[in-house]
Amino acid sequence: MNLVLDSVCKRFGDGRAAQLVLDQISLTMHTGQFLALLGSSGSGKSTLMRLVAGLEKPTSGSLSLDGQPIRGPGSDRGMVFQKYSLYPWLTAAENVAFGLELKGLERGQIRERTAFYLEVVGLLDSAKRLPRELSGGMQQRVAIARALAAEPRLLLLDEPFGALDLQIRESMQEFLHNLWRSTGLSVLLITHDIDEALLLAQRVHILAPRPGRIVQSLSLDLDKGDLHELRISTPFQTLRHQVADTLRQLDRDLP
Amino acid sequence: MAQPDSMATQRLRRLLLHPWSLGVAGIAVLLGLWTLVAGLGVVDPLFLPTPAAVVAAGQEEAASGDLWRDISASVLRVLGGFGLSALVALPLGIAMGTNTTFCRLLEPLLALLRYMPAPAFIPLLIIYFGLGELPKVLLIFIGTLFFNTLMIMDAVKFVPRELLETTRTLGGKKRDLLLRVITPYIAPQVLDAFRINMAAAWNLVIVAELVAAESGLGKHITLAQRFLRTDQIFLGLIVIGLIGLLIDLGFRMLMRRSCAWAT
Repeated sequence: MNLVLDSVCKRFGDGRAAQLVLDQISLTMHTGQFLALLGSSGSGKSTLMRLVAGLEKPTSGSLSLDGQPIRGPGSDRGMVFQKYSLYPWLTAAENVAFGLELKGLERGQIRERTAFYLEVVGLLDSAKRLPRELSGGMQQRVAIARALAAEPRLLLLDEPFGALDLQIRESMQEFLHNLWRSTGLSVLLITHDIDEALLLAQRVHILAPRPGRIVQSLSLDLDKGDLHELRISTPFQTLRHQVADTLRQLDRDLP
Repeated sequence: MAQPDSMATQRLRRLLLHPWSLGVAGIAVLLGLWTLVAGLGVVDPLFLPTPAAVVAAGQEEAASGDLWRDISASVLRVLGGFGLSALVALPLGIAMGTNTTFCRLLEPLLALLRYMPAPAFIPLLIIYFGLGELPKVLLIFIGTLFFNTLMIMDAVKFVPRELLETTRTLGGKKRDLLLRVITPYIAPQVLDAFRINMAAAWNLVIVAELVAAESGLGKHITLAQRFLRTDQIFLGLIVIGLIGLLIDLGFRMLMRRSCAWAT
């Protein structure tokens, strides 16, 4: 997997009402990488994710996956949204199977893969429950399982834990971290949560708002053996404060 | 071991706390008042028949078969007109909810037509189609089409964008969005819209039959008026109400059965 964004700009509207949302975004990402885009609201991070997903088209610049230009959405890029992520009338298993049915897989194969990915996210025993019978964290795990079941080259997560309570958010971060470690997934995460970006990603791009642009890129080589320990360690806290200062400064500089 | 006494008390309490018990009590009070006022003889029975007289009128009509003929005539008209309206409203509402051009083209038109009272179309319908079944079915069709369409359109517009986009990232095409996401998502709201608008259809059939008809519950009432049979008028009104209630309950049951996820 090789994702390349080259001088991507995105403008919404025309004429006087036109608004530049993303300005000259360039980045690359490779197989197995965990990349985070960190920014406050107005930094265009969700728009950037939608461009990668193929749900929007860039005004200028190019996006490509393994050398092929991104022209529209496809199951090679699995996406998980913050809200309304599951089909409320389908059970957990049916949600996971949904993408496989769209692909036209055989029934046996669908059943097998659905069970496998529910097991991966630890929800095999909730297979027959409806989304409303699942907690917020469980719902997001099902949504991740559904994206994974399509066996995408790249997993796109748009603030996937943003609507969850702090406690659950932390355990979901651990879950995602372990999932990434054990599967070798390529993950592009969008977040405004500094801890989340620094804890999970190997590389963090910090986006400035209005227009959205990458102002700083961090490569992290923290010891991620124990996320809970890492969270309270001094080097992590120092880094966290630095990034928080950077973000605060960016917001203050706004016209 | 529980005392038999307390068992009975418990059962009574459960009965009283049942969600329907207050509603039943309301109806019972009205029936009681009616019996009382009619029984006291303070009102001329010509104006207010006793409940017993209405029941007797019902038995008489049921035995002669007239009641069933009137009921089936009215119900068939409603089914025809409303069925046609639902059949047109579903694709039209979905098209308007998913396509901006369609919506901008038709929404002002429907908003205008919606404010024209359907009974005001009766003279025109009679001029065009005479006094047969067609104008009655068309009246119900006109009277419910715009409401059905606009309510379906609204339901489609409220399908979360995320759900549609998730489907596209899973490889879903337009057809999949329509049949596998939008349709199941709006099903409960559509059933609810139908349930509400069915009341309008039921009103309109009676109006149409009051104006001109050979049979039907509306016709039953106008005939009874001609012969000053208030017992028959009461019977007609009560039967109309009961059938409406049955239709409502039927829709609610269908909703619970088919859209359990939304209730």
